[in-house]
Amino acid sequence: MPIAGVSPQTARTGGVRIVDAVKMYGSREAGVLAVDHCTFDVPAGAITVVVGPSGCGKTTLLNAIAGFHSLSSGSIHLDDEMLCGPGKPKAEPGPDRIVVFQNGALFPWKTNIENVAFGPIMQGLMGRSEAYEKARAMMADAGLRGIENNYPGEISSGVRRRVEIVRALMTDPKILLLDEPYRALDSLTKSVMHEALLEIFYKNRVTIFFITHDLEEAIFLGHRVVIMTTRPCKPKKILDIDIPHPRDYSVLTTKRFREYMDETAAAVHEEATLAFAAGERER
Amino acid sequence: MTGLGRGLFRAASFFTGEEFWRGAAAIAVFLLFWEVGSRSQMLFGFAFPWVGQVPAPSGVLKEMYRLILEPSFWGSAYLSTMRVLEGFLAAMAIGIPLGLAMAVSRTFYGISFPVFEVLRPIPPLAWVPAAIIFWPTQEMSIAFVTFLGAFFTIVINVIGGAQSIDVRYFQAARSMGSSTFDVFRRIILPGVLPSIVVGATVGIGITWAVVVAAEMISGGGSAGSMGGAAGGGLGFFIWNSYVGGSYTQIVVGMISIGIAGYASSAILRKIGEWMTPWLAEG
Amino acid sequence: MTHPRGIASIGRNADGHVTTLALTTHRVLRWLQSPRPYLMFIGFALFLGFWYLAVEVWKLPRFAEMPGLTTVISEWVSRAPTYGLSLFTEEYYLHIWVSTRRIAIAFFLATATGVPLGLFLGWSTRFRQYVFPVFELLRPVPPLAWVPLAIVMFQGSETPVIFLTFLASFYATALNTMLGVESIDVSYIRAASCLGAKRWQVFRHIVVPGALPFIFTGLQISVGVAWFSLVAGEMVSGQYGLGYVINTSYTMVRYPTIVIGMITLGIVGYLTSAAIRLLGDYMMQWRTRELALGGDR
Repeated sequence: MPIAGVSPQTARTGGVRIVDAVKMYGSREAGVLAVDHCTFDVPAGAITVVVGPSGCGKTTLLNAIAGFHSLSSGSIHLDDEMLCGPGKPKAEPGPDRIVVFQNGALFPWKTNIENVAFGPIMQGLMGRSEAYEKARAMMADAGLRGIENNYPGEISSGVRRRVEIVRALMTDPKILLLDEPYRALDSLTKSVMHEALLEIFYKNRVTIFFITHDLEEAIFLGHRVVIMTTRPCKPKKILDIDIPHPRDYSVLTTKRFREYMDETAAAVHEEATLAFAAGERER
Repeated sequence: MTGLGRGLFRAASFFTGEEFWRGAAAIAVFLLFWEVGSRSQMLFGFAFPWVGQVPAPSGVLKEMYRLILEPSFWGSAYLSTMRVLEGFLAAMAIGIPLGLAMAVSRTFYGISFPVFEVLRPIPPLAWVPAAIIFWPTQEMSIAFVTFLGAFFTIVINVIGGAQSIDVRYFQAARSMGSSTFDVFRRIILPGVLPSIVVGATVGIGITWAVVVAAEMISGGGSAGSMGGAAGGGLGFFIWNSYVGGSYTQIVVGMISIGIAGYASSAILRKIGEWMTPWLAEG
Repeated sequence: MTHPRGIASIGRNADGHVTTLALTTHRVLRWLQSPRPYLMFIGFALFLGFWYLAVEVWKLPRFAEMPGLTTVISEWVSRAPTYGLSLFTEEYYLHIWVSTRRIAIAFFLATATGVPLGLFLGWSTRFRQYVFPVFELLRPVPPLAWVPLAIVMFQGSETPVIFLTFLASFYATALNTMLGVESIDVSYIRAASCLGAKRWQVFRHIVVPGALPFIFTGLQISVGVAWFSLVAGEMVSGQYGLGYVINTSYTMVRYPTIVIGMITLGIVGYLTSAAIRLLGDYMMQWRTRELALGGDR
């Protein structure tokens, strides 16, 4: 299906197909259903954002794609390969699907550049000096020059996130999985982060799978927005956003943007109320 | 599922699970190694180093059955337990208020903490002779040394616990108009309780170690005894068994102390869990 | 958390980074400017003053046989001490050396065995299932309860004492190391797997550095526990050493020397702990800088 701003020639690999995924925790009688027969596509070379209330199970889906959790049934495919499915309930974590975590997972005991160069060195793709050179270049490209020899603990959390994204991109992943990465940031920093993320996307055209509870963030960033029900999660509404890329923050006040908000706000609010009534806790 | 049903189910799955069997297997191997090693002189004609001198577990078991029926053994156990309780309760009674005072008042902390920190590295047993000189009876000097063992741990834990109470709880209470006493009773005390429990659980282990040591030193010791009137207790029992040459009894004594120490820690932990029900939830 | 006042005034080197030396100097200066040194002085004055007054001025009956502060100090610094032990006698340093040597041997052995064991216990579930129950079985037996058995098992008088000390240290180190591994945020391990690290690489680059803070806390506890066991062991068996000094000073009615022994123990014990803490701070630069820049705590 054609998506605004992504022409077939520039589309890369990294498309994910989720087919009838189900995740149940615990036993059959006393179990908790987290993911309820989810089916949707994550198109290659585009940004797909999944929106849902806290605790609805969207992180479980991301973890299943990444290989940290297994599926009870259903399957997930990356390009033409099956990541997990019948006979293989849990995918293997790998450098083609890199996760950027909610609270950040830059290794505090390594300097920023050691962090960024970590992937290629571990996989044996490059020697140390080569990896460091590439790391320096990519950091400079992302506007992060000058903090190479600092430790993550010495820089602000917004900058940390950006370093983490550069680290993820070092090994040319097929898809970037972002688990509410900006949840803990204030909204001013967030807006800067959004533009930084889009810039990186325009440069690299890597497929992005992004989870959030913030509808505005979702519509601003995404080519495709999937709105989830509260737990157990199931796609409630899927939208392809036809606001053209490249986007910047002026998009927020356009009429089209507000129309999308109108269309989706009711659905999201409905699920949020349900989640609240059910006493869902944040994870 | 009823509570009882669930409990039984969990117990059953624990005992049939791989975790239990692997641990049990390892313990069995350990006991086997011990048994063979201690009989190595007989079995192989030469003694294994170290293990070869140790009494065999089979012998230890027999001796334990015999001793369980001896009233004097239980008398020693009772004596040690009493000493542990005395010292421990004294440490709690003095340590908790002191720790709270230090956490609440920065001035008091500034004055007393450096002295406290200077005295802390001195091992409790080094205090034994000084305690004997100072206190009129030997029982009291043992109690004092036992007290010291737990005291430092408890105070440190109380201070740490009080300092880690989120300052926002205080602010919330103040904004709702609580008096200082109320703040103390409803915020500080419950907030410190988990740390007190941790300090107590660790402290009682230290107390057992000190009691056993003090009993050994008072009753035995190569440098001669320091007065034998207040002998007795499990530490003394072990030393006596060594002097008397019955090595199996030594091991029985060690096992008894181990069980007693473990049981007292477990009991304290249970009491602690009961007193802090809010910690158990997710 | 707001930055403490004056952090902008810390000297920076050519790269614009705060050097460790500058950070330390800054913190020492702030300490001197606070009321803390003066309160500390008051505390010591009260403590020592009470001791002096109780024994030598008021002559309280309970304190009758206690050595007084002046007696102890004059003995400690005299060139010809009445009881043979002072800062100027060779024997004094011999005892310190013997005790410290025993601690060093036991502590290094305990660290060399305890840290790897703790790392594996924390990292491999299977290993823990096999080994931990046996480990826990022997742990509740207090160090000194091992003395007679140790004497029976080992030859000579040095080895049992070192064994005791080793045992106590070993348990403290192994447990804290295991706790350290378990406390590592699982996100770090997942991130490393994502980036393509194999299991042994995760162990080397994530688990070991990640557990280091807990390991060093464990080592400080371990050295304290080592002194505890060593003194007990020296008082019961063995010759020379600070525990032995305290014991014999009592039986030979050399009371001031008891106190000298205790003070020395306190100082040496504190120094060994501090040395480990400093080593830890140095090895975990990333942590010290993070904590220092975030505020004084």
